[in-house]
Amino acid sequence: MLHSKKRFRLRRRYKILISLFAGCVIVSVMAFALQNAHFPVFDTAGEVANKQRDLIIFTSILSLVIIVPVFGLLFGIAWRFRATNTKAKYRPNWDHSRVAETIWWGLPGLLIVFLSVIIWTSSHELDPYRPLTNNKPAVTVQVVSLQWKWLFIYPDQKIASVNVVQFPEDTPVNFVITADSPMNSFWIPQLGGQVYAMNGMTTKLHLIADRTGNFRGSSANLSGEGFAGMKFTARSTSEQDFENWVTKNQTAQTLDWAKYEELAKPSKDQPESVYALNDSGLYDKVIEKYMSEHSSTKMKSGHAN
Amino acid sequence: MLGNLTLDALPHDPIAGGGAAMVVGGGLTIVIALFVTKRWTWLWKEWLTSLDPKRIGIMYLIVALAMLLRGFADALMIRTQQALASGDAAGILTSDHFQQVFSAHGTIMIFFVAMGLIFGIINLILPLQLGSRDVAFPFLNSVSFWLFIAGFILINASLVIGEFSAAGWLAYPPLSGIEYSPGVGVDYWIWALQISGIGSLLSGINFMVTIFKMRAPGMTLMKMPIFAWSVLCSMSLVAFAFPILTVTLTLLSLDRLLGMHFFTSDMGGNPMMYINLIWAWGHPEVYILVLPAFGIFSEIVATFSSKRLFGYASMVWALGAITVLSFIVWLHHFFTMGAGANVNAFFGIMTAVIAIPTGVKIFNWLFTMYGGRIRFTTPMLWFMGFVVTFTLGGVTGVLMSVPAIDFQVHNSLFLIAHFHTMIIGGVVFGFFAGFTYWFPKIFGFKLNERLGVYAFWLWLIGFLMAFVPLYILGLMGATRRLDHYDASLGWQGLFVVAGIGVLVLGLGVLCQIAQLVVSIRQRNQNRDTTGDPWGGRTLEWATPSPAPIYNFAQVPEVTSRDAFWMMKERQRGASAPRKSFSPITIPNNSSLGVAIGMLSFLIGFGLIWHIFWLACVGIVGIIIVILIRTTGDEDETELSAVEVERIDAAARHETRKKRA
Repeated sequence: MLHSKKRFRLRRRYKILISLFAGCVIVSVMAFALQNAHFPVFDTAGEVANKQRDLIIFTSILSLVIIVPVFGLLFGIAWRFRATNTKAKYRPNWDHSRVAETIWWGLPGLLIVFLSVIIWTSSHELDPYRPLTNNKPAVTVQVVSLQWKWLFIYPDQKIASVNVVQFPEDTPVNFVITADSPMNSFWIPQLGGQVYAMNGMTTKLHLIADRTGNFRGSSANLSGEGFAGMKFTARSTSEQDFENWVTKNQTAQTLDWAKYEELAKPSKDQPESVYALNDSGLYDKVIEKYMSEHSSTKMKSGHAN
Repeated sequence: MLGNLTLDALPHDPIAGGGAAMVVGGGLTIVIALFVTKRWTWLWKEWLTSLDPKRIGIMYLIVALAMLLRGFADALMIRTQQALASGDAAGILTSDHFQQVFSAHGTIMIFFVAMGLIFGIINLILPLQLGSRDVAFPFLNSVSFWLFIAGFILINASLVIGEFSAAGWLAYPPLSGIEYSPGVGVDYWIWALQISGIGSLLSGINFMVTIFKMRAPGMTLMKMPIFAWSVLCSMSLVAFAFPILTVTLTLLSLDRLLGMHFFTSDMGGNPMMYINLIWAWGHPEVYILVLPAFGIFSEIVATFSSKRLFGYASMVWALGAITVLSFIVWLHHFFTMGAGANVNAFFGIMTAVIAIPTGVKIFNWLFTMYGGRIRFTTPMLWFMGFVVTFTLGGVTGVLMSVPAIDFQVHNSLFLIAHFHTMIIGGVVFGFFAGFTYWFPKIFGFKLNERLGVYAFWLWLIGFLMAFVPLYILGLMGATRRLDHYDASLGWQGLFVVAGIGVLVLGLGVLCQIAQLVVSIRQRNQNRDTTGDPWGGRTLEWATPSPAPIYNFAQVPEVTSRDAFWMMKERQRGASAPRKSFSPITIPNNSSLGVAIGMLSFLIGFGLIWHIFWLACVGIVGIIIVILIRTTGDEDETELSAVEVERIDAAARHETRKKRA
């Protein structure tokens, strides 16, 4: 009897040692994996993303109000009322308490009312369709997702670019977004969250950068074979650099409808390129492709095989 | 003659070939094993044509667990690809193949694993818990199962003949339209889901009617075990949500097959409508899976705490609230589609509101434990693990219910980690708990406890190692479904950790396989001789294990909740009063369910490959089968009172002998 008890304790000690060791290994592997980790959602560079980051942090802390008591109760009750603990009072028929149940319908309810207020106000404040204002006039960028690259059209500056979008810092940028491809999602995490790009439709996203820098952007929604390569650079520069970039591009190769159709053919991991815009109605034409009644030629050829 | 089907449809590259070889090899092994052991008749008579829900339930479980292994193999490939394909490294799969693998993974895990497990458990336990001898429509039950099998064969056939969809598990158009996906992959996806989905709808109706009409005398709705309540809620979701799926898939296939324009980008079609419709089904689907898991945990916590379930009425109201709310939150799957702030805010708030009834359930479980005598058996460990993971998953879910936050994590690996936390931590843990708990009732012996405990810890640790890195990666800007990424992003380390996590989880799966083997070999030591191995509370424990074909020799009479517990309390010391036996009718076997399933497979296969005569054969065949069924008679056998007494005595005699 004594002997077996001792063996039991030993086995228990081994178990604790093994779990501690496994825990240490996992933690150190994670720490190693997180070397040089970069969190664009937290390392934000603009008003929209800043507010979204604060919201993430605030809501996470708020959720501790639930996590801490649940975990505390779970392990506390499990330990206290384990079958071997005869000191704990056994009440097999205790199955309801109006007070207790009111508390856990009510308190989480209050928490959710509070959260609902946050959801309502933040949905309006951070509505991607709400234009941002500061003392500078906004830059409009028309975005077209293609198979599998991003085309950026600057109707006012008469330029266009592929897989790179440049804009001056501290200036509102109005992205007007459509697709000539399966649905994509337009996302620059350091500046703020994403909106879908869809054929024949326009969605809007208003962002602003509060510093210069190169920010990674990508498609967040599966759009076919080359989807993983659908990334682009969002370049926030000084106003002067932006002007220079625009002037330089105006003398680049021209983008007209013929060139667009060539560009729109499927291609993977397309390098960055810039164009002078020859056709200021290009974006509307891309949308109208899907609006006219005789537009299904592509569809028929696809179906004929 | 063969439509679009040519020899080109056979696999070319080694990995796809390996998959095909496994399907063909697995099929052949089973056929050869049956020939060698001469078990064909046995299989046909005892199993395939059986209308006994207990047999059908076991077949559901076998198929679902086999598919779990396939879905798990897909998961291993996804993790390997993402752990390797950093920078210039190409990994093991091409883009297209990788996209087929994750599309198959999601489709299989939801439709053929989770749904199969849930329907299996319901078939096995629901009639027993209601004190009923059968489900309401035994033949329809067999049809449901064989439609599920038809879908199962189609999705596995795609490994050998042709290809699978590469458009993700929900196949958003226009990507899934004929223009961008001209191959047969999406058609395989559509027809595998369409056929098994109709089976699910029929099951949903069947179980609802069973609950409304087949309860033991005295069992009012508010005296039903909470698992039965969870099934009622879940099945009413099936009845309301699956028709939406059926219609959506029909419209998509009309677009693809006949060149219609419901969801195309042009000619007035609108892909946004598909996305709304598919989630109007898809969100309730999540609750279809998780509500029965809630029910399972409710039974387990009460049993292993040796205590009445706390807040029964609260639990029922919470289930009802979740059932209703699950239909008005679907838009939270696409806050990013550009709906206005008011719309987004409404759906965000509704989503957050679901946290209230879910939280109530967790507190009720915790206070069921309070004042109990808790035995930490494996099912109870799964419950403890579930509370931990589900709370974390719930919190990340509440985070994403805030539209402004969702914009920054949607379509990222954070989302992937979130729903895996809910589905593995909720549905899968719930199933494992229920499987271990009810295993002795189904097979007559308990599972090996030690291997079960090992499996639990490996699953829990493996799960955390696989998905905590994904939460972090999501915040690092990693989107889902990437077949390669730039090395400079610093993601590879975490992808490797996640890969190791899946391997640990795989060790857990191996432990479970070992657990099954060891338990079967030691079945005589672990025999459940009493019919009540855990100190159960509900009626399924009132009959011997394994339950006889008619479930209950005498229909139990119910006066309160926890009916069996009360019977035991009342009979303490006194032996049970013996009542006289009466004849019982049981439905005969029917091969027509098998026929409907196989003919549905022909319809699906014919439409996928444009072999239209084959589809016509299937349709005409099904009409004929239905005519045969509706005009036939003598589809029941009566067991005489003497025979019932004999079977009952045998079950109990064995019981007594084993005890001595």
